[in-house]
Amino acid sequence: MATKSLLARQHRMAKAEKQLEFLEDGIFKNGELPSFNKQLEKSNDFPLKPKQLEILQINLGYMCNQVCAHCHVDAGPDRKEIMTKATMMECLEVIKKTKAHTLDLTGGAPEMNPNFRWFVEEAFKIGVKDFIVRSNLTIIRANKKYHDLPDFFKKHNVHVVSSMPHWTRGKTDKQRGSGVFDKSIQALKDLNEVGYGLPESKLKLDLVYNPSGAFLPGNQEELQADFKKALLEDFGIQFHELFAITNLPISRYLDYLIASDNYEDYMYSLVEAFNPASVKNVMCRNTISISWDGWLYDCDFNQMLELKVDSPVKHISEYKEDLLQNRTIITSQHCYGCTAGSGSSCQGSLT
Amino acid sequence: MADSYYDPKDLRNFSKITEWSEDLGDKFFEYYGKVFEEGALSAREKSLIALAVSHVVKCPYCIDAYTKDGLQRGITKEEMMEAVHAGAAIESGATLVHATQMMKKYDKLSH
Repeated sequence: MATKSLLARQHRMAKAEKQLEFLEDGIFKNGELPSFNKQLEKSNDFPLKPKQLEILQINLGYMCNQVCAHCHVDAGPDRKEIMTKATMMECLEVIKKTKAHTLDLTGGAPEMNPNFRWFVEEAFKIGVKDFIVRSNLTIIRANKKYHDLPDFFKKHNVHVVSSMPHWTRGKTDKQRGSGVFDKSIQALKDLNEVGYGLPESKLKLDLVYNPSGAFLPGNQEELQADFKKALLEDFGIQFHELFAITNLPISRYLDYLIASDNYEDYMYSLVEAFNPASVKNVMCRNTISISWDGWLYDCDFNQMLELKVDSPVKHISEYKEDLLQNRTIITSQHCYGCTAGSGSSCQGSLT
Repeated sequence: MADSYYDPKDLRNFSKITEWSEDLGDKFFEYYGKVFEEGALSAREKSLIALAVSHVVKCPYCIDAYTKDGLQRGITKEEMMEAVHAGAAIESGATLVHATQMMKKYDKLSH
């Protein structure tokens, strides 16, 4: 397993433009499979427009203590892009005014941003209905200075959403790195210990499952039941919901699909599983994604593909929600990842 | 003629068999879909049965399809291999149980 990001390896797929070129080419260019936009046209959903804004998703930086095989961010310890306090202050101004009810902090490992705690405290003071931090779990056990994160999250009523690819050590470590499973289990126990994830607890702990290979996630409810049973029986761990997320063919996952000769089959699976009903609820329609340097995107995936919003307002410094609401959402073949089967988003299934 | 009888890409065209016999094709796919729905057996159990049978009837398309289906359902490789052994045991048992016929014939013909 690689221990460096595509960027550090100067890999051609580190460049967003190369990924987009690849996704437009081949089976989509020769008409074997319909482009995503053609598919939208069939159900009169093209061009895709936003609905009421509900979620502000802020990426605090691409630095991470892990180098997961399928990371769509290409995150890792070698990534130095992190949000400055000045940009965080601009975000806080937006949080004060936005109509969105959910604030969703992601990364990399957002906790590695030196101003993470300050930012959480300030955002907490403003008052957000649902305040999510996407934690990779191992960060809690990575270093002593992070051991008190469960208490810190509790104090600020943070809704913790964590990745957990499987309830077995082998599958988890293969995707996320050696030792990740044991550390994740310990971190989940730490979170349970302070009250997170317990059946009647208001301290929400949800898990994210994404397949560890070139296949789509199965039924979310069934997977949740399997995860709950296995984690409780084997480790005494409890959590609230499981979100089953489809891997999108970008960044390291795209590189994996190509290198393992699974790209075409995977795209066929995504296209065959296209579900027009999921288009009604895709997350780009109720979310604005903000990058570490303050640029605005339709979603975290478009952020990684460097597709800034198609709006006169493109940066947090000039944020105007009304203008952003009139934009057209930028879509390409990677979007098939959010519309397959029951649909997929950072909040799990869509239908 | 192609160099190989089996091309994994052919599986993508499975639904096209209906083009040459719409009525029978539609009936088959309706039946097929119904069989694998949740019932007295769970869809997960049926997926493992399908995987075992795929090996017994030695259908490479079916093995591809139900290995992937199992992964999607979170079925572990240990469960998959046990299912294949269940199929293999019945298949070898079916051969071996015929040995009773051999034994019977042998005894009848021997003095």
